[in-house]
Amino acid sequence: MITRGDIQNISGYKKPQPPEKKIKLRKFNWSRVMIYLVMIILIAITGYTLTHLDTANVKIGEAMHGLVMTLNQIFLQPKAGSDGVMPLLSALGISLLLAIMTTVIGAVIGFLFAVIASRNLTNAYFGAIIRVIMAVIRAIPTIVWVLIFSIVCGLGTNAAILGLSFHSIAYLTKAYSESIEEIDETTIEALKVTGSKFWVIVFQAIWPTIIASLVSWTFIRLEINFANAIAVGAAAGAGGIGYQLFVASGMSFDFHEVGFIVYLIIGVTVLLEFIAVKLRQMYTTK
Amino acid sequence: MSSPIKFLAQKHRKQTAIIAVIGSIYVLSSWILNFDNFSGFTAVPKAFNWLGVNFFPTAESVELLPRIWQKLIETVALAVSSTVVAAIIALFVAILGSKATGINNYVHVVVRGIASFFRNIPLVAWAMILLFSFKQSDFTGFLALLLMTVGYLIRAFMEIIEDEASETMMALKATGASYFQVIFQAVLPQIMPSLISWVLYMIENNVRDATLVGILTGTGIGFIFDLYFKSFRFDAVGMTILAIIIVVITLEVLSNQIRKVIL
Repeated sequence: MITRGDIQNISGYKKPQPPEKKIKLRKFNWSRVMIYLVMIILIAITGYTLTHLDTANVKIGEAMHGLVMTLNQIFLQPKAGSDGVMPLLSALGISLLLAIMTTVIGAVIGFLFAVIASRNLTNAYFGAIIRVIMAVIRAIPTIVWVLIFSIVCGLGTNAAILGLSFHSIAYLTKAYSESIEEIDETTIEALKVTGSKFWVIVFQAIWPTIIASLVSWTFIRLEINFANAIAVGAAAGAGGIGYQLFVASGMSFDFHEVGFIVYLIIGVTVLLEFIAVKLRQMYTTK
Repeated sequence: MSSPIKFLAQKHRKQTAIIAVIGSIYVLSSWILNFDNFSGFTAVPKAFNWLGVNFFPTAESVELLPRIWQKLIETVALAVSSTVVAAIIALFVAILGSKATGINNYVHVVVRGIASFFRNIPLVAWAMILLFSFKQSDFTGFLALLLMTVGYLIRAFMEIIEDEASETMMALKATGASYFQVIFQAVLPQIMPSLISWVLYMIENNVRDATLVGILTGTGIGFIFDLYFKSFRFDAVGMTILAIIIVVITLEVLSNQIRKVIL
């Protein structure tokens, strides 16, 4: 009789053994370890901070009740208040102009610096120096810049313009030079071979290639600058809608007026966002 | 033959027009804002001269370093904790609201609207509103940063989920996985690197904004800065700024390194 075992012996067939270990579902990689590490550290810091937070003995329940009442006044009963609609609108216009002007300054000067600082265009040393300077300028908050300039040229729009421009230049230099560094090396080399001068390369090759990201970064900065113009008005007394906001909420406690101002600001920022989205679509579909 | 010439002429005209528009915006705004261009730009070197002389930390201000340092660490901790709490809230809301994982399109629109609302109310307004009810405390700064960050992160997370997780989700759904399996096995692992990257970015941003909130609400490094600034102790102000620069740049370098590993 031929048994099953014989066949297996003859043909050398072996029953497939189930694999000893489970199939590894996840490979070990550093990325995962890093993610867990960062998460654990961040949550630990958060836990420590929240349990040691100084709350100035405010009763949360009472404060929440007060907050709800204030929010009710702000968002459901906005009124122009003692300042009237026109002065508030003109203050809003000043803040918006401040944002536009500083963005223009930032964009023009920032682009020049970005060209110099980009690794694929100029020599490494010069670029590195500019990048370090820009990183330092960026590290100082906008409000601090405005306060520094206010010592020299007095509190007011001059200090606000200089302070906001400084931060914009540093921010846009970084953003632009990152976009320039993404350009394909061959585009630049092709023009270099024809003997084109430096600025010809910049305006004929680089400018058209990165115009989409240039526009979108500039608009992002415009939105940031508008928010900063408000902040600067409030914290440094540099005028504009921010100052009105500060007076209404911190001095005259007229929260109906705060509501009106907040709605005005939201209107402008939503408009800016809308324009930014439209512009981006225009450039990306081209 | 005329087409390249025509094209170049048109291009030239277009460029001139753009330059003219930008130039006139600049001139018009500087006129309306009463910005004196000459004295404005000569103020820059003057400011730096002045900075070099007055902001130079003296022996006296070095003694203040422990206090400045402590406040700065407090501020960073505040920025981190508000970002982390905001990220946890935003993740839940984004999963409920995104087109890929959300409940339905109505919820999507509502969530987008709420996020945009929170994002667009200026930080100053949050700080001042909260200051009125919660008084001068770190908690006020925490809440102001939290509310603002939530708005930003909801939008960012929703976009990340829609961009990065849709395909993996589809693959897992095809195997018959349940909703929660899809979320925990496909969506979360897929979006984690970008998510952490955004959280790190917001932390950097919030450390800078915490200074502003501090000036308004009288807490953290902003308070110290304002105190020295208003009492004309400029050497101490210089010390504070130096400390801020060091911390912000350290954070930036650190998060760039982390990003290189995880992305």
